[in-house]
This record gives sequence, structure tokens and C-alpha cells, in this order.
Amino acid sequence: MYPELGQFALILALLLAVLLSVVPLVGAITGRDNLQAFARPLATGQFVFIALAFALLTQAFLVDDFSVAYVANNSNSLLPWYYKFSAVWGGHEGSLLLWILMLAGWTLAVAVFSRRLPTVMVSQVLSVLGMVSVGFLLFIVLTSNPFDRLLPNVPADGADLNPLLQDFGLIVHPPMLYMGYVGFSVAFAFAIAALINGRLDAAWARWSRPWTTVAWSFLSVGIALGSWWAYYELGWGGWWFWDPVENASLLPWLAGTALMHSLAVTEKRGVFKSWTVLLAIVTFALSLLGTFLVRSGVLTSVHAFASDPTRGAFLLGLLAFTIVSSLTLYAFRAPVVHARSSYGGLSREIFLLLNNVLLVAATLLVLVGTLYPLVLDYLDMGRLSIGEPFFNLTFSPLAVAVGLLLGAGIFSRWKKTDGGWLARQLLWPAATSLVITAAALSYYGSFTPWAFAGLLSATWVTVATLRDLWLKSSSKKGRWHGLRRQSRSYYGMVLGHLGLALTMAGATVVSNYGVERDVRMAPGDTAEIGELRFYFAEIGSRQGANFTATYGRFEITSDGEPIATLFPEKRQYVVQRNMMTEAGIDAGLFRDLFVALGEEVSGDAWAVRLQYKPLIRWLWLGALFMAAGGFLAIADRRYRIRDKVAVSEPAAPSAANPAATAGTREVLS
Amino acid sequence: MHPIRKKRLTIVLFLLAGVAVAVGLTTYALRQNINLFYDPTQIAAGEAPVDVRIRAGGMVEEGSVARDPESLKVVFNVTDFNQSVTVEYTGILPDLFAEGQGVVAMGRLQPDGRFVADQVLAKHDENYMPPEVSDALEKASAANGKPATTQTKDASY
Repeated sequence: MYPELGQFALILALLLAVLLSVVPLVGAITGRDNLQAFARPLATGQFVFIALAFALLTQAFLVDDFSVAYVANNSNSLLPWYYKFSAVWGGHEGSLLLWILMLAGWTLAVAVFSRRLPTVMVSQVLSVLGMVSVGFLLFIVLTSNPFDRLLPNVPADGADLNPLLQDFGLIVHPPMLYMGYVGFSVAFAFAIAALINGRLDAAWARWSRPWTTVAWSFLSVGIALGSWWAYYELGWGGWWFWDPVENASLLPWLAGTALMHSLAVTEKRGVFKSWTVLLAIVTFALSLLGTFLVRSGVLTSVHAFASDPTRGAFLLGLLAFTIVSSLTLYAFRAPVVHARSSYGGLSREIFLLLNNVLLVAATLLVLVGTLYPLVLDYLDMGRLSIGEPFFNLTFSPLAVAVGLLLGAGIFSRWKKTDGGWLARQLLWPAATSLVITAAALSYYGSFTPWAFAGLLSATWVTVATLRDLWLKSSSKKGRWHGLRRQSRSYYGMVLGHLGLALTMAGATVVSNYGVERDVRMAPGDTAEIGELRFYFAEIGSRQGANFTATYGRFEITSDGEPIATLFPEKRQYVVQRNMMTEAGIDAGLFRDLFVALGEEVSGDAWAVRLQYKPLIRWLWLGALFMAAGGFLAIADRRYRIRDKVAVSEPAAPSAANPAATAGTREVLS
Repeated sequence: MHPIRKKRLTIVLFLLAGVAVAVGLTTYALRQNINLFYDPTQIAAGEAPVDVRIRAGGMVEEGSVARDPESLKVVFNVTDFNQSVTVEYTGILPDLFAEGQGVVAMGRLQPDGRFVADQVLAKHDENYMPPEVSDALEKASAANGKPATTQTKDASY
């Protein structure tokens, strides 16, 4: 009975979404307020019914209703309750429902937090979000109904959740990632609305900026959680594989990062408008592409649950429709929206433009590397794979360049920066970061060009960011007063940039100075990494809730001092019978020690992987910093101040500064 | 030239230069890092290049897995039920590696016909068959006039 209610709720939500995508838009175009007034109630109603469907599916999992096919395929009565809960999004249909729930949530949030926006804008934004919602609700109702029943042959028990997914990481990774993916639909909706009514001004940028930042923050956390999960659960200590599924989440992140920075220019200076709108469209299209790649079964990975071709075709159609229709709108409307403003050759605008060029280049690169094998395969031109070296070789220089540019860009001024002044500002940070990099390299004991470039870039970003904070916070009333005077969005930027530096430092150090040894060990054996001694004390077995495990006890010492005792496991899950490796990890801020059992090679000897992972935690810590920065930035006061008058065009070049005026040229953006 | 157009031109040229650099880097890197797939029949026929990083895949032949008693070296045969190739690998095999399972090995073909792998992939799902492998198996069984094996039917691609 309940599952049918769930399906009914989904269909009702679909009807409301159809109304939402039409009624307020018609009202906005014809100027009828009574039609526009439907926008908020419809958005709320849609959310209520989708939330109801989601709650009913969750209930089916919690009470082990195996007459529902999706529950039978993804759960088991032995599963602990929290994995039953997270199993709701452990398969195709449920994760799609989660996607839609997020979308409805974002739509509701726009409806609630948009009191200050003009009614026309709100109606259009909510209508566009309604259209996206219609697409996905149709998809779920037509091809992927999570409430399908297995009647009359109800299985006695479920086929269980894939053991890989029985993990804390899976409880949190998909919701975070989806919050990010779906959040970019809001930036997209704002862009489309602005294109429709031709109001592509600084006010528009200000409205869509916090939404973009929040979505980006969630996506950052989602990607980091995925990487962390891969590290301890799946990847034998690897944290990024340039797997197409990973790339699918990185693509919108890169484009979203570019969008955030471009929006800053559009808000502050009123330029780059067409470019910003295009980026908003591209970012959302890449989110959809990610969904298509991951969910259509084009790729085979732990994420590809489905291999029903109609699903792939539907998603591809949705993607094509979104891209074609929004780019058509862009082609017709973008030239209409332009503004006059000016900036010089060494201005902050130019630095941010370069940032965008690099980020877009990185996006294209990852896109090519991801799609090229798929396209060739589809055209029957051979099967090939593009290995990690391709991405490492091409992505790393761009990442380093972004860092170097960022450090210089922090000091630059809007409109025009004096070259000599900028050089003087950069002298000390450059010297300091060179010294720190040299010290770090000598600590880790070897020099490689990549380690040098990566660490230099990371320390450069850190030193420049801190120096900028130091300069900005100097005040006659004391440092504390100066620090308090800075805005939250400034601190958000500082945190975000420090997070980037942390991630870059972590990635560089762990890639260059991590040690990995695969050894054959029997209980009683000892293996060494540097000064660390790994003693394989014993092998034992234990019984888990729904698995049996063989575990090893490893005692790690350094110069005779005990450091940690680790218990890596091989688990055999009762239902699906497959073998899982649970690594033993001693986590630390400056290094992880990692022991994983391979297979039993003969007698009592085991293949064992021992790893020393310096600074690996910094990778994920950096992402948390970035996300925290994002959340801090949107808590800025200016987003809460009521602005009745739309922000006017930015001021003309200052007459008080003839040097600036002389160096600037007019531009139509 | 009108200053506005000049500025626009600069930006366009700038973007073009960026794109050109990216495309250049990409094609260069692509040329270095493409790993083509060969099935055992192609390798036996000498179609696969020697000492180039390629991928080879098929089923692990029953009874062919032999371990070195002193190290982590493993030798096994990968077959498409038409031809087979001997794969040498040193290291930890994935959890789902087993005789009768589909695998893809990445490595270099030696002049003496051995395939020295630096990576062996067996994917997350026990029913999963790498698409390359199921294709190779289908091709081989079509060539032999035999019906596809039961394993290929399970392939979830």
C-alpha cells in the first residue's frame, strides 16, 4: 500500500512540476501577477510530494519490504539499520530519487530565500527549475520507478547492498555530491531567466553568486568524501584514479570554480556578462553530463547500477535538449545584454580572466580525456583507454599555473594595477615561499621538478594570501580591530585559497614522497619502510553482523618505540559472497600508515601492501577549508541587506587617477 | 582599429592561444598515453606491438594460476577460448581475481611472447565482464562456430 502511495506522490509531483514550469513563466511574460503568485506554492507542493515519496521509500527499506523490487535488490534483513537507510540511494532508482529530492529542495530554498528579488525574476527562475524537475521526474516515473513491486513472488530476503557501499562514506558522499550537482541548476536557472528578460546586470550576478558558491562548496565536500572513501575502501590507498566517474564530478567542479570567479567580476565590475552566463549553462550541462555518464551504464564502475539502454537514451536526450535549447536562447539573447566598463592590462579583471582561461582549459582537457575513449568505442574505431599519465601530465601544469597566478592576482586591483608596485608586493612572498619549498624538499629528502613546482605553487598561494590578510588588517586601532573589520566574504576567499593550497600541497607530497611496498609476509615476519618496522604479529578471525572476517595484527614501531597497532581485514559477506579488503590505517595530520591484506598466497603467507602516505589528510582537509570558505562567504552581510534599487553600472574610470584612465580602454563585454 | 574592437580582438586572440596550447598539450599527451586493447587471438597472430604499453584481456584459464613460492610473482594464462597468452605479474591481485573470471591486464608484450603486466583489473561486480573481454570472447566463439559461453551471457554491459 505504502509503495503505491509513493508512486502516486511522484506522479502528483510531476503534475505540479509541469504547472510550475508553465504557469509562473506565462505570468512573467504576460505580466499577470495572479499567475506569478502560483510559483511559490507550486514549488512548495512539489517538494512536499517528493519528500513524501522519499520518506515512503526509506520506510520500505527500514521495514524490509522485499515486495518492492528496488528494496529486494539493494537491501537485506541482516543489514544494520543505518545501511538500510543509506541503501535508499545505493542503487539507480533511489539515487535518482535523491537527486530529485535535492532539486526540489533547492527549488524550495529559492522560493523561500528570494523575497528581495523582483517577482518576475523569481517566477522565471522557479519555472526553469520546474522544467529541469519535469525532465527528471519523467525519467524516474517512465524508466526507473523505485516502487515497482515483485508480486506475487515476494523474495524471502533481499540480495543485499553491495558490500563496497556498506560504509560511512556512502552514507554521506552521494548526498553531498548531489547537493553540488543539483545546486548548479539554480545558477543555470538564474542565467536562463536573465537571458529571457534581458536583465543581465550586476544585480543578477549578486543574486546568483551565493547559490553558486553553496553548490560549489557542497560539490567540493562531495568530491573529497568520494576520494577519501576510495582511499580506505576501494583503492588500496589510491585517492584519485582519473576514473571517468571521478572525472564526471570534477568537470562541473572546475567549471563551477571558473563560474564563481567570473560571477565575482560581473558583480563587482559589470563585465564578462555573456561569458558568465555561458559558464553557468556549461556548468549545469556538465552536471547533467556527469549524471548521464555515471547513471546510463555507458561506463562500467561501482557507480553504474543500470544498464538499461532506454535509461541512457532518455538521459542523453535530456542532456541534448538542455544544451541545445539553452545555447539557442543564449545565441539569440546574449548579444542584447552588454555593458560598458573598462579595465587595464594588469587589472584584477585580467587576472580573473586568466584564471577562467586556465580552468576552462583544465575542464576541456578532462572532458577530452574522459569522452575520447567513449566516442571512439561508439564509432567502433577501437577500444582504448587513456591512462593516468595523460591526466597527470596535462592537468598538473595547469594546476600549478592556477596557483602561481592566484598568488599574484590577490594583490591586483580592480581596473588597473601598477606593475612596479605589484612586483614589489610579490617580492617577499616569492622569496618566502622559495625558502619554505626548499626546506620542505630537503625534509622529504629528494628533489623532483614536479614536487618543487607543486609545493612552490602551494606555499606561494599560502604566503600571498596571508600577506594580503596582514596588509588589509593593519589598522591604527590595532590588529584585532583590523581583522574584525574584514568582511565575511573576504575571509571566505582567504579560507578557500588556503584550502586550495592545502590540497595542492597534500597531492604533491603524497604523490612524490609516498612509499608503497607489496610484500609477502607470514605471521612473525617484519618489513620496513625507512625507519618504520611493520611486524606481522598474528592472523585471526572474527564474526561481524553480516560478514566473517580474517584479520591480521600488525605492530608498527619506529626505533623500537611503538607507533600503532593495525588490524587490516579480509571480509567475506554472507549474502553476496564476495571478498572485501578493509585496510588498517593509522591516520595522522602529517602522515598515514596503511596496511592492507592481499590474498593468502601459500601456507600462512599473505600478500601485504604497506604504505607510508605523507600529508594525505591535507588533500581532504583542503577541500573542507574550501567548502567552509564558501559557506562563510555567503554569510556576508551584503547578501542580507535589502537592496531596493538594482546595482547600477559600475563607476566610470576614476578621474582622480589619471594613470588608471590613461591605461584603460573601453570594452563591450 | 576601434578601441573596443581592438580589445575584443585581444581577448579572442588570448582565448584562442589558450585553447591552442591546451589542444597541443592534449594531443601530445594523448599520443603518449593511449593504451590500445588486444585480445589473445590478436596477440597470438602477432598484431599487438612488442614493448608498447597495451591492455590485454580475457578469461583467466582454469588451473593456470601459478605463484612463485618466494615472492609475489604470479603467472597465469588469459584466454578467449581460441588462443591464450601468458601473463606475468608481481604484486597484489584484485579481490575479484579468480580462475574463470574476466580480467584486463595492462603491461608490455615481450619479444618472447610473454605479457608482463604492471596492473591487473578485475572489476567490482562478480558478474561484471569488462566489455573488451566479452567482445573478445564473442569474437572468438563466433570464429570457432561455438555458441557463446555461459560466462558471456552473464556479462552486464
